[in-house]
Amino acid sequence: MANFEQTGPGKPVLEATRVDKVTPGYRLGHNLRALFVVILAIVGLIPVFVMIITAFKTRPDAIHVPPKLIFTPSLEGLVFLFTERASASPSRLEELKKAAEGVQLSLVDRIALNAGQEITGPSDYVFRLRNSLIIAGISTLLSVVLAIFSAYAFSRYGVKGKGDLLFFILSTRMLPAVVVTVPLFLMYTQLKLHDTHIGMILLYTVFNLSLAVWLMKGFFDEIPREYEEAALVDGYTRMQAFFKIVLPQAVTGIAATTVFCLIFAWNEYAFALMLTSEKARTAPPSIATMLGIGGIEWTAIAAGSLGFLIPVVIVTFALRNYLLRGVTFGAVRK
Amino acid sequence: MATIELQKVEKKFAELHAVKPMDLTIQDGEFVVLLGPSGCGKTTTLRMISGLETVTGGKILLNQRDVTWLHPSQRDIAFVFQFYALYPHISARDNISFPLRAQGESKEEIEKQVKEVSALLRIEHLLNQRPGNLSGGDQQRVALARALVRRPAAFLMDEPLGALDAEFRESMRAEIKRLHIDQHATTVYVTHDQIEAMALGDRIVVMSEAVVQQIGTAAEVYYNPANLFVARFIGSPGMNLVTGHYVDGVVTIPGTQNRFSLPVGWRKPVDETLKESKEIILGFRPEAAQLNNAGKLSGEVYASELQGAFAVLHVNVNSDDIVHIRTDRVINYPIDTVVHFDLNPEMVRFFDPQSEAAIQPEVGA
Repeated sequence: MANFEQTGPGKPVLEATRVDKVTPGYRLGHNLRALFVVILAIVGLIPVFVMIITAFKTRPDAIHVPPKLIFTPSLEGLVFLFTERASASPSRLEELKKAAEGVQLSLVDRIALNAGQEITGPSDYVFRLRNSLIIAGISTLLSVVLAIFSAYAFSRYGVKGKGDLLFFILSTRMLPAVVVTVPLFLMYTQLKLHDTHIGMILLYTVFNLSLAVWLMKGFFDEIPREYEEAALVDGYTRMQAFFKIVLPQAVTGIAATTVFCLIFAWNEYAFALMLTSEKARTAPPSIATMLGIGGIEWTAIAAGSLGFLIPVVIVTFALRNYLLRGVTFGAVRK
Repeated sequence: MATIELQKVEKKFAELHAVKPMDLTIQDGEFVVLLGPSGCGKTTTLRMISGLETVTGGKILLNQRDVTWLHPSQRDIAFVFQFYALYPHISARDNISFPLRAQGESKEEIEKQVKEVSALLRIEHLLNQRPGNLSGGDQQRVALARALVRRPAAFLMDEPLGALDAEFRESMRAEIKRLHIDQHATTVYVTHDQIEAMALGDRIVVMSEAVVQQIGTAAEVYYNPANLFVARFIGSPGMNLVTGHYVDGVVTIPGTQNRFSLPVGWRKPVDETLKESKEIILGFRPEAAQLNNAGKLSGEVYASELQGAFAVLHVNVNSDDIVHIRTDRVINYPIDTVVHFDLNPEMVRFFDPQSEAAIQPEVGA
């Protein structure tokens, strides 16, 4: 029994045949790789971390040099994000301070007062965020649904001029946004699509469609035709076979495509800046231009960015299981 | 149950003539095997019968009903795929009941049918598993159950054992044979494995290069191959084929003393077929040769292989032709020694090198 090493609850294993042996060299390499990943994660997360702490700082803390890591948390950023304010005149300030000593002033007003400002009304942040949700949500839905059908056709049928069509679809992606915004601006003003939800939904759908079609085609190509053929001989029509057999297996692909499309539409800046002004303006251009009294409101911008991140985080988190399988699709032997 | 009839059925892909016009009539309850090397058109033929592939020309009749242009779902046939094609996202039970649900059967009826067929295939204990958790053999059993459950007019099987391990393959082969005897369902089975074809088929359709080479029982294609292709393709090793010089009823193998007189009944057809040409191909199975010190034919031992119950001797009859002879496993024949042998006259075949077709002996000879 000298050759056997008793480990765990299992049977004795011959030392020579064990596959879980770890050499010091391997262990070192493993640790180095882990260290590398940790460093990478830290570098990647620093901006997010700074954003989060800035959202809860007061303005003096936010612009303090060197940056403060320890500070008294404040809701100033959030209050500034959701309100329009004006700087109060010294006499008005006195008035407000008096009111604050009593109980007539709300918490929100007090926070504004601390910065020497008076709240004049709600900001348009919520409105912008809602625009973003509508435009990104509907355009993502549209591009994914359209892509599912066209990609399936490209994958399964001998579409005439398939190669050219696929290239054409991809070519819509080749020019940078900045180059096409000016002609688009002119077209949109003529067509009265400027600063409309429909205009932005159309634009993002078209822009996302190329990526979505190519992605989905790859996923459909990976699904063996035999499944549909089996369904066909089992007595189902092509359409039924598609919905009952192909679609459930394409779920990972659909999830991955959805997230890619959503992230693009959600984060898009250049088109939104040029093609929207009031009614349909989305969050990205408005957060970046959030100017308060006496300069850039860093705390409000940080708070606004934080709120802006949340929907994407939720969607990605909800789809994480599909995503992981989605991005490794094809690499795994079925 | 059904008869299947192919009339001048053919298939052309853009450049490729995948199946040249072929005729085939399959009787009710018959087990027909389409056999041939890969790319010979056998799978395309099967897919045309199923409707998964359209025909370029010809007609397909199922029970005398013209189904040439019917959708696969309207043909009442079941298809078993090489890689099972079980739907991975649903359980074995749902896979099996899938075709029944297409027909809108009642829940009780579906349950009853699934129970019956899974008992037949001994897979009752696997019904709640997903296909991905099953072994290859069990997956193919589920696929067979899915095909059987609907009691279709005919079964089409595309290399159903091709993806299985060797040990499984033989037991599944026997299972399919039992199943066929049990159900007596018309079956068309595609394979490139001639042993499988001989074991299973009532009749074998040998195909090569988009053309049907021969249709016949296992014994027919083995003993009476219609042409050189079938002679080479069937059997392991294939038929020995030696080119000889033919004069007046005697075949001489060039460059040797080997002479072989035509057995009774061959003289007239051989004379008529060859006319002025004097080239002939002599064919015989390894078991048709008997080693015999007084044998009229001879050659040098090139190699000797023990195959278990018997040995196969590779004998060089002249510089070009090595023939295989099946011998007793206990006697050792050293390499390069000369051996003599005779041929069983009933198991000798002749081929015309020009047309590659077999020459048929006189009837009753």
